[in-house]
Amino acid sequence: MGEFKVHRVRFFDYMPAAIRAMAFNRRTERLALARADGALEIFNFADNYFQEKVIPGQDGRAVEALCWVGRRLFSAGLNGEITEYDLENLRPRYTVEAYGGPIWTISGNDQGTLLAVGCEDGTVKMFEVLEDRIQFQRNLDRQKGRIISLCWHPSASLIAIQLGPELLAQSSSEVVVWSIAFLSDHTIISGDSAGKVQIWDGLTGTLARTHLVTKWDVLALSVSQDESSLVAGTSEGTVVQFQFLSSTLDGQNKDWVRTRTFKNHSHDVRALVHTETAVVSGGMDTQLVVRPLLDKVEKNTQESAMRKMAFPHRSLVCCAKKAGLLLFQFPDHLELWRLGESDGHGDLPVKRKPEKLIQLKRKGEDHICCSALSPCGGWLAYSTVTSFRLYRLQNNTISITKVSKLPKDLRSAHQLCFSTDSSRLFASSINSSVVVVALNQPECKYLHTLKPKSGSREPVHLLFASEDGKWLATANTACEVQVYNLDKIKLHCTVPVYGSCPTAIAIHPTSSNLVVVHADQQIFEYSLVQKEYTEWSRRLQKQGLHSLWLERDTPITHVTFNPKHPAHIILHDMFMFCVIDQSLPLPEAKTRLFNQMILRSLPEPMRILHRHAFKMCKTFQNLMCVRLLEDHSLVVVERPLLDIMSQLPAPVRQKRFAT
Amino acid sequence: MVEHGDIRVVHRGGSKINSREPVVTNDSRFLLCASGERVKVFSTSTEECVHDLRGHTDLVTGVLLRPTNHLQVYSCSVDGTVRLWDFTDGILIKTYDIGYPVYAIYASANHEGVFFIVTPTQSDNRSELFQLVAVHLPQSGDQLVEAQELSAVLSNVSSNPAATGFGRGGEYIASAKGLHLEVYFFKKQKSYRFSLKEDNKKGGKNTLMCIACHPKDDCIATGHEDGKIRLWRNFNHKKEYTYTTLHWHHNAVSSLRFTPEGTNLLSGGLESVLVQWRYNQESERDFLPRLGSAITHIAVSPDGTLFCTSHSDNKITIIQSCVKVSAVIQGLVNGESVRTDLMVDPRSKSLVLNGKPGHLQFYSLQRDKLLYNLDIVQQEYIHELGLQQFEVVKVAFDAPGNWMATVEERKPKAAEPEINLKLWAFDEQTQSFVLNTTVSAPHEAQITSMCFSQAADGQTSMLVSASEDGHFKAWQLPRSACTEDEGPSWSCDFVGDYRGLAPQCCCFSADGSLLAVSFQEVVTVWSPASWELLTTLSQPPKAIRDLCFGRLGCSKYLMGTTASNLLCCWNLLTCSLEWSTSMDVSLLLSDPLTENMAAFCCQAESTDLFVFKPSEPRPVASLKAVCSGKVTRAVFAPREEMLESCEESSQWLNRSQLYFLTQHMDLMTFTTKAEEDRLAASSKQLFIDDSVAMTPFYLLLGKHRKQENQDSLTRLSAELMPLPRGSLAIKELLQSPAHVLPSTSVLCSMFVESLLVSVADGSEESKHAEEEMESEKEEEDSEGEMESRTPRPEPASPGLQSAESAAPALTKAQLKELRRVKKLDHGWLADLLLS
Repeated sequence: MGEFKVHRVRFFDYMPAAIRAMAFNRRTERLALARADGALEIFNFADNYFQEKVIPGQDGRAVEALCWVGRRLFSAGLNGEITEYDLENLRPRYTVEAYGGPIWTISGNDQGTLLAVGCEDGTVKMFEVLEDRIQFQRNLDRQKGRIISLCWHPSASLIAIQLGPELLAQSSSEVVVWSIAFLSDHTIISGDSAGKVQIWDGLTGTLARTHLVTKWDVLALSVSQDESSLVAGTSEGTVVQFQFLSSTLDGQNKDWVRTRTFKNHSHDVRALVHTETAVVSGGMDTQLVVRPLLDKVEKNTQESAMRKMAFPHRSLVCCAKKAGLLLFQFPDHLELWRLGESDGHGDLPVKRKPEKLIQLKRKGEDHICCSALSPCGGWLAYSTVTSFRLYRLQNNTISITKVSKLPKDLRSAHQLCFSTDSSRLFASSINSSVVVVALNQPECKYLHTLKPKSGSREPVHLLFASEDGKWLATANTACEVQVYNLDKIKLHCTVPVYGSCPTAIAIHPTSSNLVVVHADQQIFEYSLVQKEYTEWSRRLQKQGLHSLWLERDTPITHVTFNPKHPAHIILHDMFMFCVIDQSLPLPEAKTRLFNQMILRSLPEPMRILHRHAFKMCKTFQNLMCVRLLEDHSLVVVERPLLDIMSQLPAPVRQKRFAT
Repeated sequence: MVEHGDIRVVHRGGSKINSREPVVTNDSRFLLCASGERVKVFSTSTEECVHDLRGHTDLVTGVLLRPTNHLQVYSCSVDGTVRLWDFTDGILIKTYDIGYPVYAIYASANHEGVFFIVTPTQSDNRSELFQLVAVHLPQSGDQLVEAQELSAVLSNVSSNPAATGFGRGGEYIASAKGLHLEVYFFKKQKSYRFSLKEDNKKGGKNTLMCIACHPKDDCIATGHEDGKIRLWRNFNHKKEYTYTTLHWHHNAVSSLRFTPEGTNLLSGGLESVLVQWRYNQESERDFLPRLGSAITHIAVSPDGTLFCTSHSDNKITIIQSCVKVSAVIQGLVNGESVRTDLMVDPRSKSLVLNGKPGHLQFYSLQRDKLLYNLDIVQQEYIHELGLQQFEVVKVAFDAPGNWMATVEERKPKAAEPEINLKLWAFDEQTQSFVLNTTVSAPHEAQITSMCFSQAADGQTSMLVSASEDGHFKAWQLPRSACTEDEGPSWSCDFVGDYRGLAPQCCCFSADGSLLAVSFQEVVTVWSPASWELLTTLSQPPKAIRDLCFGRLGCSKYLMGTTASNLLCCWNLLTCSLEWSTSMDVSLLLSDPLTENMAAFCCQAESTDLFVFKPSEPRPVASLKAVCSGKVTRAVFAPREEMLESCEESSQWLNRSQLYFLTQHMDLMTFTTKAEEDRLAASSKQLFIDDSVAMTPFYLLLGKHRKQENQDSLTRLSAELMPLPRGSLAIKELLQSPAHVLPSTSVLCSMFVESLLVSVADGSEESKHAEEEMESEKEEEDSEGEMESRTPRPEPASPGLQSAESAAPALTKAQLKELRRVKKLDHGWLADLLLS
């Protein structure tokens, strides 16, 4: 595996924002998630819960509710606007003012023809969903008090009753009904600030049953599609499941019975989704938790494992290999740090402490969506949804100058990448195209735009320029991986499309093999010269990856190579980093995958027998980034979850036994 | 248990009443519980034991109301039988011989003619595997039935009866073992098995402890080791089963029970709090705290008005609808250790030992009832683990029972022990002991032994206490030096020591003239009158363990055991060793009423008992393998009435009974065959040969007819013993419960007639027809029913009939007398019965 000098970096104060709302599209199996800073994230549940797309937030846009209509995503917020998003260009498409004050809730009917929003002033406004926009249709009768929650009846004919306001009217002023659900048998379920989940008969308007769930608030409700199960999220961080069960086994007299309680959050559960097989919850503690329901999935499979998603599935850290600089991306600023130095070996006295060189605040309302630092450390670029900025850095004097004249084509980018010699900047743009810009001393010059042949409109989320400057590899969320020849400025080849989204790509510096890692943890190696999968990749596919490798629940976010050992591939996810030695045999299904400790205890001849290609290191946890520097030292950026927890506001007070 | 010829080791008195769940009868008037080899019937209102259902020959392991007849009860036992009783009369109706030890019994109203038992999988008793077996009851009128139709239902179940239960309408049976819950559906003949993980990350232990099924809904409640309660639903699916978790207990849930309507769930555990959960509204719960000690079982009366909780201190609490404790039935408390020896109070003949913390309990072995608890320490007991509190460690009584001495001790970890010696005088008025003297710090170190002088005159009592501090002290009650307002109090009379050694045992001779104190390997003999050292006896090499003077004819002998496994007998007249033998005696004690001495010897994991007279070389009786483990506590308790046993080997049990505590704190005793026969006879007095509807009511009325069926044999036997004329009828009157007797107006004439001297039997033949006519006249209205009955032999004496036949010929005076008797209050009958 080799030895590395490791820079263990813990000064990246990454702080994710609280989860505010979620919406699940059952048809496409995409989960849309809104955070408190206005950012939207799309997770593909069919593809190993991969975070496909991120739409950066904007100052003043607090998303309060989300809603899918077909493949279109709408959001509404306290700024009183309804926004539809352009999921191909990762930006808001348009916003419509509802003229009812802050909007607390938005809901579309099952047919996808109408949107209803509940406003601060007590009105429910109906919008008609048209081909390319939405149009105000009518106001429902105005109620007293704000409308916090509303729900369509599944049959949703025009007469469909929305009972949000009615329920609100019934509840006394102190009790707020935070969430309601309307079932097809006209049962209405409400969760309120008194900690009760109440079941009402919607036809007669009578209370059928009350379940006291918590001392605090019930904030969110979600019903499974077959209406046999219901989950309620509380301020205590618990998710309580109710099931529609018959009291006797022969199946009559069904009733809602409280069954399981999940405690996966430390803070408020603000958003809940009940999918076919799992309960997805998110809240103030910023983690997205997918908790499979064990009665719906096979036991002891990958599907039955609980997942907590704390970090984004893309890198927020950029590393200048030659200069030893780190760039940290925050929603509203960038930080440039110089790594510390130490002499000597073993456990290191630090000779020079790491120092923060620059903190660069963004301009405008929009949050930063991507950033890059050139390997030499001389250039810095970032982009928001609307603007793109490039800076020239002087490291010795620590000065930064903005490059003022930018080409017109470079207005915004989804992903940025510098070439190894820092002479080119690649920026992914609309319609899967890549803009190539040449960087010269005073200014930069537009060279050309690389476009794929497929005509895909999905955004490119991965860019990799090869070390020799000959190749540029791109991957988009439609799972396409394209390789461009930069010498000839044309598309070299398209890697055969695999059904799972690529999470990391890299081109080997000497052999020009492209390594692609997918969200389902598969690894492919593609020879750019022969335009076919390499022998090793075929062998790997034939033998199959180790089951423990496939069961890991975070995607590989970066791939790199060790120049000293050409056969080594270095990759990492959130919980480990791994060196794959292509010269060693692949692990069999029965061998232990994590065998470093055992190997160490074995005598030398035995060690050779037990070696296999995957060498994993779990010393470092909660990894944001692992990079290999020019001097063969390893930069490891950790963000311990405890540090994130400690920055959260205090949770609701709970009496614990024996305290 | 082990048998030795005709002497058996049995549980008698003081047995556990908390080993199994109690049963409350349908009318909530009686409570039945297994107690040793018997089933006891208690009244729920008066706490009195109403009946004692005797018949099993080993531990009773389950009591169950018969689902089809709420006046009958099944009991099962390790002796391999299931017995059916009529508990209102205390009559054994049927015995089903299973042939295997039975550990639990279940039945459901929907399974007629079947009950379910838990037996070991192999016939070998040691086996750890148990199975649930359905037993089909053979249809037979016989009293002893062999049940052969067994069919296994579930294998590998827990032997704990709380871990299995019938579901709604008997459709399924649920059983928990370890981490698994198994539900067997009778209709589909299919079982579902659900497993839990051993423990979760938060340290919860998921082992299932007990189970309860909802009576109306399909919901199973299970209690777990970490205090959680799970309510399982949808358990007819392999995967889509679901459960709710309730958590209040911080320790294992030991019992769960639904109320009969299913509206509430009761749970209990170590916290000694009864928790009542509302079904389907589980966030609301009620508590009944401070029940004294850990709850082991919960029972609910069929009408739901009474809850009963069994507690770990051998107590049953009766609770009225979860608000108020209405009665407490307390058995003999035997905790983990009996620090005081077993003692017999000379006055009440009750067993005295540690009871509740800081208390002495006085337990009547004859009546099997706790008489009272005496608070010795007189301090608040704090329920907290690891706290050092005062404990009663020694008790002694003087011979007439006027004085009692107690020693209490508190041993803080890093400090001198605190010791108090208390002397209690018996108060005739209150009939209990009253504190007379408290001596704080009577010795500087632990008191090893204490005894009263056995002086027969009872005038001057003397107490000797020996302590590890190297001294023994004599305490005396000064006779004269008392003032008016204060009674005499005890004071130290003499302090003795011997070469600075620590005294181990002390013992007075039978007449109180000699005191023997052992100092390691030396026995010193003192005269209490002058306090001079008379002689020393020694038997090196090891220290003396036990000392005991002989009684009555053998009072010249002093017995001692040493740590080097020697039993020595010294003759005090010659001051020499009479004999010694090598045996590992763990306990030596003498019978105060006879010359006998008993020695418990521990050999190879089991204990043998030798009973001998010091003067005779041959033991009177020797019993091998009395019980497993070492016996360290035993006592001879005098009998109330002497036994006439002719057999030589059991003669030593004639005057007193030997009780001992086994390793597992079971109180055992020895019983002879003669004694058992007598007990059996007394319990069978009411019992007449036919089992069907044989009530006293029938007996009394039935005598009026069927006389023609009497065979000559019974007549002959009746003629042979005519002496207790009418005594049977009287006995029946006196012994059958009042509520099953016919009205007094019916009884009265017969009762009186039975007392009359009958006319000579000569005219019997001629009166026969007359009788018949009369009885027919009496029973005209119920004839149809009567005739269908089978003719039965009549054991009643012909004296009764003849007296009856003489009835028309009563004189006027007799009639008057009869009327007077009729008017008499018959309440005394009931009084007699209850006393």
